[in-house]
Amino acid sequence: MSRLVISGNEAVALGVKLSRVQVVAAYPITPQTAIVEKIAEYVEKGELRAEFIRVESEHSAMAACIGAAAGGARAFTATSSQGLLYMSEMVFWAGGARLPIVMAVVTRALAPPWSIWCDHNDALSQRDSGWVQLWAESVQEVLDMTIQAFRVAEDEEVLLPVMVCLDGFILSHAYEPADIPEQSAVDSFLPEKKPAPYWLDPSKPAAYCTIAAPDTYMEFRYEMYRAMKNAERVIKEVDEEWCRLTGRSYGGLVDCYRCDDAEVAILLCGAWAGDAKEAVDILRRKGVKAGVVRLRATRPFPTEDLRAVVEGMDALAVVDRSLSPGLPSILWSEVRAALYDSVKRVYVKGFIAGLGGRDVTPGDFIRIVHSTLEGFRRGEPGEVEWIGLRGGESGHH
Amino acid sequence: MSGLPVTAIATPRRGAAGRTGLWRVERPVIDHSRCIKCLLCWLYCPEGAVVRHEDDSVEIDYDYCKGCGICANECPVRAITVVAERE
Amino acid sequence: MVTIKELTREEYWLPGNSSCPGCPAALGLRMLGKALEGKFVLVVPASCTTVIQGIYPATPSRVPLLNIAFAASASAASGLRAALRIRGLKVPVVVWAGDGGTADIGLQALSGAAERNEDILYICYDNEAYQNTGIQRSGATPYGAWTTTTPLGKREHKKDVPMIVAAHGVPYVATASIAYPLDFVEKVRKAASKSGFRYIHLHAPCPVGWRFPPSKTVEVGRLAVETGMWILYEIEDGVLRLTGRSRVLLDPSKRKPIEEYLRAQGRFSHLDERDVEELKRYVEARWRELKKLLEERGGCLR
Repeated sequence: MSRLVISGNEAVALGVKLSRVQVVAAYPITPQTAIVEKIAEYVEKGELRAEFIRVESEHSAMAACIGAAAGGARAFTATSSQGLLYMSEMVFWAGGARLPIVMAVVTRALAPPWSIWCDHNDALSQRDSGWVQLWAESVQEVLDMTIQAFRVAEDEEVLLPVMVCLDGFILSHAYEPADIPEQSAVDSFLPEKKPAPYWLDPSKPAAYCTIAAPDTYMEFRYEMYRAMKNAERVIKEVDEEWCRLTGRSYGGLVDCYRCDDAEVAILLCGAWAGDAKEAVDILRRKGVKAGVVRLRATRPFPTEDLRAVVEGMDALAVVDRSLSPGLPSILWSEVRAALYDSVKRVYVKGFIAGLGGRDVTPGDFIRIVHSTLEGFRRGEPGEVEWIGLRGGESGHH
Repeated sequence: MSGLPVTAIATPRRGAAGRTGLWRVERPVIDHSRCIKCLLCWLYCPEGAVVRHEDDSVEIDYDYCKGCGICANECPVRAITVVAERE
Repeated sequence: MVTIKELTREEYWLPGNSSCPGCPAALGLRMLGKALEGKFVLVVPASCTTVIQGIYPATPSRVPLLNIAFAASASAASGLRAALRIRGLKVPVVVWAGDGGTADIGLQALSGAAERNEDILYICYDNEAYQNTGIQRSGATPYGAWTTTTPLGKREHKKDVPMIVAAHGVPYVATASIAYPLDFVEKVRKAASKSGFRYIHLHAPCPVGWRFPPSKTVEVGRLAVETGMWILYEIEDGVLRLTGRSRVLLDPSKRKPIEEYLRAQGRFSHLDERDVEELKRYVEARWRELKKLLEERGGCLR
């Protein structure tokens, strides 16, 4: 086992190499480009024996991955922002086709206005696609998660594509030390890909992704629903197995930080959990029993785990690095839906922050916790507040 | 459990759309005494509903023939006539 | 040249499928199957052929077939080819796409795959409109043709996709017609014997969209070639040669008057004299260019 200082993007590329991916089809987009360039280097140097298709668009990238996976190969792509949206038709196709493709999404804000900086709207726009969505906090986790993603995707009880989300620039371009697992360890963890029974087999002619009339379409969708439910269990099992192999566990679907006796917690996904954890440490020193609930998966949405974690808490500050105009907050609304039936309902307040890469500091998270506690004490509705808007306007929704 | 495969995978079969012979309003009839076994009707039938026997004689598969009439139109010796489909 | 009798009796596109009576796509698929004797996999984007397959759980296809989204056939085929290659499987990958999925929404992926010289055989069956969705015009619809979105007749000429593909410098480009199935079979077999990006553009007269009786599908296809409206050729490594019936039609006196072709189809029934003159001008211009290419440059496109 070696220890290297690598970036988030390099960690993805290493994960792809260690996972012995067979077909890569990708189109460059900031801030994902280094992933694709690194993989191209591995392939050219013979370090990764794979077919690398330099497709002419993201839509074609996902189409090529679909063709490759249907042909029985382990396939991978990566994208961000506009590229993900351009690809969206095929993202949904991969989900419905039940192909175990893995994609790294280096999360980036959506245009217009043009922004190359981080937020989560791109990945979350695909939350209905049938893809498992996993979110990393550190470079180590990116590396581990990429490898685990293939395992989750190819599990016979799942057979759904998996997206590994890492924050644009904040994680993709951050350099951190990481333990690199041995190839033999990854080989034992990820068996050599056996084409699932339905891969296009020249000796067993069949037509794939045909029309399904109203009398069968719903059942196919039900199978996706079931697979996603299985994914909840499989993600945890895979996390446990990885821990036995490497000593590293991330908590399965939810990474809880100082939650055991917490009265209030910050709930979010992504790399800024690190800043939230710093804020929690500061608050704790001041006597506030705070914690962080980091969602590692937004799909499947970890309803059961979430209910268990927040039991005993008074208040939850859900911080969205995204906006759904008219809602307005995605994770906030999904959390409230998940907790709606709880006997003792936790106070859930929403915050929109960090859009287009705007910096969010531990100080901001401290203010978020105080605002949440105040709202809870005053019995106010847990509406959504904007953090850090210019001109001091953090208006209420 | 719906009993379905994990996604829509269809297997090959004749009559995937049912007995398409039922679509016909006219049917081709081969006069075998005129037929020269050139096999153009077999070649040009979009359906594959002209059966080609071992000796290259041909026969219409009325289960699937849709009655388009291409065979009759292309027959170089007018061995195929198109007649109204009986009720 | 292959003879009819040599073709296998096996059917790889089974009868009793959902195609319209007289459908050229179904005919083309039968011929493709016989050309390659069922040893290939198909990639089919949204098109008539999607619907011709019918509804789950049955299909008329006796070869493995991947249905894919409208714009994506050339790229899905690229990925499929890569997977089969890395798994050591040598079976050819054949795209079977309509003119919509080739000339319009599919053009980007097609161009990308051609530029990368992907090792696939791409066949466009051209029924000259978006027939599957109800006869709307495509870039491949000819000048003057009625469609539901050009009720007074299309004002633009047909997009010359085979030449666009040839401009990518790929090893093999050909045009073909379902009215000349043996010529098509020969071209499929020749294409299959090569590697790299190979393209065949198959003229496919559609009774429903072009407005003629279903018994005339082959006849209309023949008239297209005999009037010079559709030209049979192949371009091998950048050198063009006419094939089949088209070889003798360089001489304009041998070409049938285009009115014969136009008269046979309801989609041209509203054409006035000026439209017909425009079409004649277009046909003659194409043949003049071809003549120049063949006589002055030996058919060399570069």
